[in-house]
Order: sequence, then C-alpha cells, then structure tokens
Amino acid sequence: MAVKVNVEHVDFWYGDLHALKDLTFDVPEKSITALIGPSGCGKTTFLKLMNRMNDFIPGTRATGKLIYHDRNIISYDVDVVELRMKIGMVFQKPNPFPKSVYENVIYGPKRHGVKRKADLDLLVEKSLRQASLWDEAKDILNRSAMTLSGGQQQRLCIARCLAMEPDVLLMDEPTSALDPTSTQFIEDLLVRLKEDYTILIVTHNMQQAARISEKTAFFLLGEVIEFGDTREIFLNAKNPTTERYISGRFG
Amino acid sequence: MPRTGEITFRKRSANGTRIQETLIRWVLLACASISVLTTIAVVGTLFEESFAFFRVVPLSEFLFGTQWTPTLLPRHFGILPLLAGTLMIALTSSLIAIPFGLGSAVYLSEYAPRKVRRVLKPILEILAGIPSIVFGFFALTFITPILQRLIPSTQVFNALSAGLAVGIMIIPLVASISEDAMAAVPDSMRKGAFALGATRMEVTTGIVIPAAISGIGASFILAVSRAIGETMIVAIAAGQSPVLTGNPLNSIQTMTGFMVNLSLGDIQQGTIEYKTVFAVGSMLFLMTFAMNLMARLTIRRYKEARK
Repeated sequence: MAVKVNVEHVDFWYGDLHALKDLTFDVPEKSITALIGPSGCGKTTFLKLMNRMNDFIPGTRATGKLIYHDRNIISYDVDVVELRMKIGMVFQKPNPFPKSVYENVIYGPKRHGVKRKADLDLLVEKSLRQASLWDEAKDILNRSAMTLSGGQQQRLCIARCLAMEPDVLLMDEPTSALDPTSTQFIEDLLVRLKEDYTILIVTHNMQQAARISEKTAFFLLGEVIEFGDTREIFLNAKNPTTERYISGRFG
Repeated sequence: MPRTGEITFRKRSANGTRIQETLIRWVLLACASISVLTTIAVVGTLFEESFAFFRVVPLSEFLFGTQWTPTLLPRHFGILPLLAGTLMIALTSSLIAIPFGLGSAVYLSEYAPRKVRRVLKPILEILAGIPSIVFGFFALTFITPILQRLIPSTQVFNALSAGLAVGIMIIPLVASISEDAMAAVPDSMRKGAFALGATRMEVTTGIVIPAAISGIGASFILAVSRAIGETMIVAIAAGQSPVLTGNPLNSIQTMTGFMVNLSLGDIQQGTIEYKTVFAVGSMLFLMTFAMNLMARLTIRRYKEARK
C-alpha cells in the first residue's frame, strides 16, 4: 500500500503538557487506520493535528514532520483553509448546521467557488449517495437537518465532508453517540469509502477497530506503543500492554 | 465511630409542612402580582384619560393632523410632528446602535481572545448603566458643537445630536443581547464549519449569525423600542419644536419630549392639556408594546423554524 501521510517524530504540547511523544508511523492510502487507546492518551490530539484543529487551542505547540503530499502539515506556512478542504473531519457528536439538508451538503463547496445550481445539485446527490443517505433524504432536501435522526445527521456530516472531494477523512469516534444499527450503517459506509479515501478513525470500540481497519495504532500516554496490521495486533500483539488493552484487561 | 442508628432526623408533621408550603406559594404569588397589577393600573389610567381626550378631539385629527399646538390658540392636536420626531430619533439611533452593537457582539463572541472578552464585556455593560441624563448633556455639550462645526446650519437643539446620543446609549443593549445569542451557538457548529475550510468571517456570517438570528433580531427590536421611549436625552438635546420636518439638523420634539415638557409646567388636572399627555402616552405605549410583541414573535417563529 502506498503511503498517504508520513508521521515522523511528531511531538505536541498543550502548554507544559507533553501530549504526543515522538510519534512515527506511516498512514497507508485508501485504507482505514484505527487509533485506539485509553481516554486522554492523545488519539484525538493527533487526529486534530492532521487538519490543524488544535490551532484553536491557545498555548499549543507541535514539532516534527507530518508529511502529506510532500508538505509538512505542521509547518506554519501551510494554508490551513486549503488543508482542511483536502483533509475532512467528522466529529464525535453529529454537528449539522441549523440549515436545510441541501445547504449543509453544499456549505463547503459553495464557500470555495462552486456557484452553479446544476453543479451543486449534482454534488448534493453524489455526496448523499456516497454517504448512503440519498434514499432517505432525497425528498426532504429542504427540511432542516436538525429534524434528522442522530444516525442520519452523522451521515449528513460525512456527506458534507465528501462534498469537498477530500482525500483524507478524519473520524473522531464517529459512532460513539449512535445506536448499534446506525453504527453498523456507518461502519459499512466506511468500508465502502476506503476504496477512494484514506480514513483515520479514533475509536474506543475494539470490535469496530478489528472489523473495519487495516492498520491500528495503539496509543498510551501520548506514545504510540504499537503500530501495525490490525489483524497482527489483535491476534498477536508484540507488546504485552497492547494485548492487555485489546483484551479488555485495562482502560 | 458513630453508627447510623445514632443519627436522628428532625421530625415534622405532614400537616405543618403542607401549610408552610401553601403559605410560601401565596406570598410568592403576591410578589409576582405586584408588577402585573401595577401594569394594569397604569394602562387603565392611561386609557381612561385618553378616552376623555378623544371625546373632545376627533381621532382622525389626532392621527392625521400635521400641526401640534395643544397649549396655544388655536389649538391643534395632530400628533404627526411628534411622531415624526420620535421616528427620526429612532432611525438615527438605530443606524448607530445596530451596526456598532452587532459589530461589538461579533468581535466579543467570535474574534476576541478570552482575556480581552472578559475585560471588555463588563465595560460595555457599564456603559448601559450610565444615566440617560448624562448622555443628554453629552449630546448637548459635546456632539452638538461638533455637528455645528461640521455643518454650520445645525441648530443648537437638533434631532441628529440627540439621535446619535441615544444610539450610543443603546449600543450595549444590542451588543449584549446579540452576544449572548451568538455565544449560545454550540461550538461544535463552528468547528464543523472550520473543518470544512471556512474562514472565521465565513463561520460568523454563514453559521453563527443565522443560528443566532432570533436573539439578534430581538435585540434590534428592543433597541428601537428603547429609542422610541427614551425621554431624557431628547428632552435636553432635541429641542421643543413640534414641527413636521425632515431635516435632522433642526430642532424637533418627540412624543416623550412633549410629555416631559408639559408635565414640568403647571397644568390643571382635567384640562385638555392634561388629557393630551395621556393620549400621547397611550400612543407611545401602543408603539413600544407592538415592538416588544414583535420581538417575542420573532423569537418564537424562528425557534419553530429550527425545530
């Protein structure tokens, strides 16, 4: 598998707190990489570093290299707006805008110069289809997104990202606020999406990581203790701590 | 070590508790009733005297007459000059208060670092606590001379100066209510938009303001309503000339200005001048009441639309 993002010696601080310690691994393209580990171990921090959402937190600092298309995401001269167009993010809780379903999907593209109604219509259909929401949403495109169920809202948020035609999708526990049926739906969706997108997913659900991901990174106290093929890690972890975490003996 | 068996709870009779609770409920109801009863009494008096007024002056003359000389012979009771004066003040002050108030709210809620906001918001709210008489003299002794220097034809008492002062006075009202509405927009929505590559301004105009529009709209309406009812500033700085003019540099008179002016002189109870004050007061009350009602409806309609 070709590499999409090289993570090289990445460190990150919240003020004095050393939150990420010397991370080094490669994120393969068109596949799902799961980030697992106990709460507060740095998974989400790492995810937010990928699209620079940590910039909003005052007093943070990052060093090292996060190479994406020959450029270091961490460096100051990266155009954050452009970066976020290419690296989309889906949050833990569905966060649709209080607008219509249609407006939600075209929010990103419209901001970046797609103006023609026909193009927008096409984009809405394509994105909603990709997010497996088209059949449910096609007749209610003008209804407020707030009226959708939680699972539908989360798929809408995914569609909203896809409408930007990104390259990488960051998912921060996208199913933790959803019921098992909706979770199943989104997992199936992610498996289909990895044909075209590189996906990084933070999850607390070990089965989920095992079911859908190719690679797994096990985070503990800001370090990546183990990184490798998901099957390898789940069946045959090299590190005893990883093995204990996965089998549910701590965390 | 004490055992749980040694703890004794205060015994109370079920009956005693019930009587106590009932009593408290009635006392609290009485507290709540005072403002309601006062309002009813005020409105009652207002309308009673107004009816007496309209037995003498036809409603059509009051509403459509263009001359207002209730204390001079021949008497004319056309409220339009006062209404025009009031609206001129409301318009000028809105033109100041709405953009500056909304701008402050956007800065405080979306742009200001947390520290700056913590200092700035209380200061803004202090501005709201300055007595309006201070703004009145500010208009007369500070704004008017500047206006006169810029435009020499400006009269000493003029609508523009008073309108500007009213506008400055109600900036905090707009800013504070709008800021509250914007701060109540969940941060997750902003993050969602930022993650789609939106800039801060796009997040503000495309997500935050639409999501907070009911509160922002309500702040505008309340501000206008406040401007309509403002008395002290216009009494001091706007003049006492109830003439129908479109020129904000001229001396005018507002409805409130007239009322305070007439009340200061010695007018006999029961005379037509006395009743005039109530008729104008009723008009004023109906206007602000309508505005407040509109503010409530705006909020409710928007809340329903978002469901």
